[in-house]
Amino acid sequence: MSDQAPTSGPSFADVNRDVARTLSAPGNLYFAWMSLVGLILTAGILAWAWQIWIGMGASGKRTPQMWAMYITTFVFWIGIGHAGTLISAVLYLFRARWRTSIYRGAEAMTVFAVMTAGLFPLIHAGRMWFAYWLLPYPNQRYLWPNFRSPLVWDVFAISTYLTISVVFFIVGLFPDVAAIRDESTGWKKKIYSVLALGWEGSDSQWRHYLRAYGILAALATPLVLSVHSVVSWDFAMTLIPGWHSTLFAPFFVNGAIFSGFAMVLVLILPMRYHFNLYDYIKDKHLEAMAKLLLVTSLVLTYFYVCEAFTAWYSGDVFEKASLFARATKQYAWSFWLMYFCNCVSPLVFFRKRARTHVPTLFAVSVIVLIGMWFERFNIIVPGLAHDFYPYTWGTYIPTVTDTTIIVGSFAWFFILFLAFIKVLPSLSIVEVKETLPHPFKNRKAAH
Amino acid sequence: MGAGDIILGVFGYVDTTVDAIERLKARGFRDLTVYSPVPVHEILDAVERDRPLSRVRLFTLIGGLTGTSLGFFLTIYTAEIWKLVTGGKPVVSIPPFVVIAFELTILLGGLSTVLAMLILGRIPKLAPSPAYDPRFTRDKFGVAVRCAPGEMSPVRDLLKTAGAEEVIP
Repeated sequence: MSDQAPTSGPSFADVNRDVARTLSAPGNLYFAWMSLVGLILTAGILAWAWQIWIGMGASGKRTPQMWAMYITTFVFWIGIGHAGTLISAVLYLFRARWRTSIYRGAEAMTVFAVMTAGLFPLIHAGRMWFAYWLLPYPNQRYLWPNFRSPLVWDVFAISTYLTISVVFFIVGLFPDVAAIRDESTGWKKKIYSVLALGWEGSDSQWRHYLRAYGILAALATPLVLSVHSVVSWDFAMTLIPGWHSTLFAPFFVNGAIFSGFAMVLVLILPMRYHFNLYDYIKDKHLEAMAKLLLVTSLVLTYFYVCEAFTAWYSGDVFEKASLFARATKQYAWSFWLMYFCNCVSPLVFFRKRARTHVPTLFAVSVIVLIGMWFERFNIIVPGLAHDFYPYTWGTYIPTVTDTTIIVGSFAWFFILFLAFIKVLPSLSIVEVKETLPHPFKNRKAAH
Repeated sequence: MGAGDIILGVFGYVDTTVDAIERLKARGFRDLTVYSPVPVHEILDAVERDRPLSRVRLFTLIGGLTGTSLGFFLTIYTAEIWKLVTGGKPVVSIPPFVVIAFELTILLGGLSTVLAMLILGRIPKLAPSPAYDPRFTRDKFGVAVRCAPGEMSPVRDLLKTAGAEEVIP
């Protein structure tokens, strides 16, 4: 681990140079990854086309499993999309300075994760060319969406979240793109000049900018908490045993933050290695992330215990039966896998060494992502498999089509992220500079 | 704004920049533009002191309230024009409508905040300002002063004594 001596940290000019360096022409390894991801994405698109051609039967969905893996993956991606805004907005308001070097990557991750999640309601709905029916618009027959339906709340919550995340991401980028504009030459300079919208860092620009950024952070904070709460109500507002619970909103929000942080680590660790950003993304940042993973894991364990306890303590025969079926019947393997991944594996972070050991961090993050995907799977699939009457019980078996579409969604996410790190500054130039000591000729005279 | 030439002082340090701003203000120069690679509160304090607070939050308030009322209007109006009782609940059931109103509050509040930033900060800026220098996004601070032709040499001296590394022109 190359931990550069902190005695002489990078200067302002070094930050510009180092970030501009990440945008240099990519090498063969980059193109190899791009091709691999592009190939998987193509397979996913073909599988989706096949599903549209054949019909929803191709996805293995039949009663009672009408939600199955698409909604599982939808909730998973929405969850991933939480950490970015949490890091950029909530930690901004709390002035947690360690966020500066990771927040740009996390924010990009949020935008791309929500863009990926947004595909799933369309894929799941089958005839996605009628998706606009969900939006309220005046029409001849006075047909309006049912605003009492959580599914319509979801449309509003997610489109708002996507819009505000994109806006927040772009607003954060302005001054950095301007810095890149001034570092680059030729046709690149022309493109970045357009993207920077003429940012100059003048006092009148900064004062409105800072005000707007603070307000956006304040608006995004309740939004982060609301989005996954609304997603959880898609389940909690129904009467299905195991879903109908007031616990769901905080449970989902916590799980989302947990999986989001794991994804941030999965993206940040290779980025730090390949771009040699050890001066900016230091071990203390990784340690802070690991601690957050540990805390959210412990809270999640508490929720799991609560869930089991309420099922038992309610005395409700259907609740108890649903929990029993999940833990012991055809999906028991995924139930216990989820417990292992989410509750046991992050416990290694109680050791200080594990919190800064890169392979451990990466491995645990991947395990957590798997565990969190299975958490949503465990809510949706076994939940629907075992409701009130035995004649409605049924097992869901994945098909090649829906599995390919889901794997393709990961490729879609990674292709966006890979494109991002070579086109836009993946490290916030301005915010990293803000955390560096500012240049003073005479320290005492200034104060 | 008025006729006159622009003199730019390029500074390498925060305290020298602040010093220059203070001296210029003491001499009665009000038409200053300060460039900095990062927002520095010492500099912003020195410039802001005699300016009203940024009006961004007014835009946010108006946008947010528009969102709230639009959310309630949309949900209540559409429920009223086709009164369909479902689940034995009132046609106008406020709790679920709060979700829509909340989301629209944040949406329009956020968008109007960005709009305010663009309008008030005069962004997009199609042509760069004459005094702008690419070093200002890297590590230099700039103080641009508009002054009458007769005042040019005293301003130039003032910037130099304050510690400017370079004075243009």
